[in-house]
Amino acid sequence: MVKVLLFARLQEEAGTDSLTVPQSDMSVAELKQWLEKEYGLTSLSNTMTAINENYTDDSALLSEGDTVALIPPVSGG
Amino acid sequence: MTEKKRFLITEEPISTEDVIQKVIRRECGAVTTFMGTVREFTQGKQTIRLEYHAYKSMAEKMLAEIDKEVSNKWPGVTTAITHRVGTLEITETAVVIAVSSPHRKAAYEANEYIIERIKQIVPIWKKEYWEDGTTWVGDQLEKVPYPEGAPQKGAHHG
Repeated sequence: MVKVLLFARLQEEAGTDSLTVPQSDMSVAELKQWLEKEYGLTSLSNTMTAINENYTDDSALLSEGDTVALIPPVSGG
Repeated sequence: MTEKKRFLITEEPISTEDVIQKVIRRECGAVTTFMGTVREFTQGKQTIRLEYHAYKSMAEKMLAEIDKEVSNKWPGVTTAITHRVGTLEITETAVVIAVSSPHRKAAYEANEYIIERIKQIVPIWKKEYWEDGTTWVGDQLEKVPYPEGAPQKGAHHG
């Protein structure tokens, strides 16, 4: 099981700030594809990803219990 | 305890003086302060108010990460950064960055570096409320691609 955190535009698209994905046997890229299909999220190729609060890339593999944050382009300051 | 955290995301209005006090030391001869405030007009378009959201725990961690980059580039400086989240009205302060240093040059340079890095790697989002709708800034038109899925590593100022 993997917890997915959504922010900003993605949170509005999904109508929730977090999701639970039943399996963890996949890469970040595969997770993004799955979320696009299951939840209709868009522009995930334009989204940064953090696993357990550390930035990572699309080839990273998920582990059971991970928290994955999908981070649209940031605009602090 | 919260008052003492040098890297802070808060829902409360920011006291610039409090942020400055976190970097005052006997060794420093210069303190620079940057305040980011809510602007009313952007290219002629009127903002009614802003809403900031953050991935709070990671955002504070990334602010500390920027502090590490700064310490490598400008040894001897001390930084403190507070960013506000929630709804902000025009002229309110969204972010305060204080940098102290023995000499002024490093304090100026490090302060500018910090705001640039905040805009690149800290998970905070700004939603603009216009008269005729809303926009998540940083996201419109997908102008900022992240082909690798992760931001670039530090030090774009060379």
